[in-house]
Amino acid sequence: MKTDNTTDTSKRKFLGGAAAVAGITIAPGVLLQTVQAKPDDQAVSNKVRWGMLIDTNKCADGCTDCVTACNSEHGLAGHDRPETDTQYIRKVTLKDKQTGHVKTLPVMCQHCETAPCADVCPTGASFKREDGIVLVDKHICIGCRYCMMACPYKARSFVHEDVYDQKDHTPRGKGTVESCTMCVHKVDKGENPACVTACNKEHKAMYFGDLNDANSEISKRLKEHGGKQIRADLGLNPGVRYQGV
Amino acid sequence: MVSWFQKNLQKSMLAVSVLLLAGSVNVNAEVAAPVVPKGKGEQCVEPTGEMRKNHMEMLKHQRDETMHNGIRTKKHALKECISCHVQADDKGQVARFGEDGHFCSSCHNYAGVNVDCFQCHADRPQELIGKGHKIKPHHTANFNDASVNKEALQALSKVSK
Ligand code: SF4
Ligand code: SF4
Repeated sequence: MKTDNTTDTSKRKFLGGAAAVAGITIAPGVLLQTVQAKPDDQAVSNKVRWGMLIDTNKCADGCTDCVTACNSEHGLAGHDRPETDTQYIRKVTLKDKQTGHVKTLPVMCQHCETAPCADVCPTGASFKREDGIVLVDKHICIGCRYCMMACPYKARSFVHEDVYDQKDHTPRGKGTVESCTMCVHKVDKGENPACVTACNKEHKAMYFGDLNDANSEISKRLKEHGGKQIRADLGLNPGVRYQGV
Repeated sequence: MVSWFQKNLQKSMLAVSVLLLAGSVNVNAEVAAPVVPKGKGEQCVEPTGEMRKNHMEMLKHQRDETMHNGIRTKKHALKECISCHVQADDKGQVARFGEDGHFCSSCHNYAGVNVDCFQCHADRPQELIGKGHKIKPHHTANFNDASVNKEALQALSKVSK
């Protein structure tokens, strides 16, 4: 009996250990994968809450790697009309008028826990997945754009033109609203969002992970250094957090 | 009470509809059965008859499961249908949705059933994008292609001047 028990425990420990070290390390400090792939036939659950952490002290002025990566990942092309062109992520510049100190940071859909976009949507097209990712179900969206008005972060865009040859993981078309999907197609495969991967090549200002898991890198960093919500006063509990603002 | 006028109107309308019916029968007789392009694979994921009858139900079910629950099984996914069924022809051209040579359109054009799927979804596998027609005949330019975009915008601005 005793031997059996020992075997069991060690087996369990081994499995537990394997699950905890989900990130694949190829060289010290280079993390290829920080999240575990979900089996294709398994539904998402609220045990996980995906989030992002942006260290604005590392975010470089003039760098738009995240924006470029996002546009190519989702096949977003502009029409030289900045007012209406789709953007999932944009760089925002903050200047302290007193000291003249300039800071830049990426802003995208903040994947609010109590998402105003989903609250106002008359059709149920705007919704939050169990794992906290806020999406637009374009099959249902009627293009009324209430959600665009309700979003305090100006995160959403309306598609004004016919679209062809879309990426097969990002269907998008005229007459519907869209915003950052947190690269849900990649996250479901256990990969990081495209912006995070791009940023990690040089500046390493963006982190992605499970806010519910105390052992994830993002949670550890938040615990150690803290992280702010933009417009925390609105009480939306966004999944995207910022350091250094 | 039905008036004389109404009675005659009914009669004449009946006559007209009989004529129309006869006409449509004639037209139908002249339309050839659709030529459905061959897919890449040997066998579809379900029996052909089942697919013909119920493909829309399977696609719709899968769409909701993927969108809302993150289920990404491949069997009934539109992406997989397209990647098998939409192929380049002998000349290396890939038909657009709407043209008879496109797998979905071959039947949908024949049956006169319009679908919205390809207003958002790519109508061809990713590796075949850029092959075939860039501009849909009855539509605006393909704005995903930077060069076409510029040409189209120039053309538009010329018209408005
Ligand atoms: S940031 Fe805007 S679009 Fe994103 S969840 Fe919040 S309200 Fe919705
Ligand atoms: S535009 Fe679409 S997603 Fe936004 S509120 Fe209207 S129906 Fe909902």
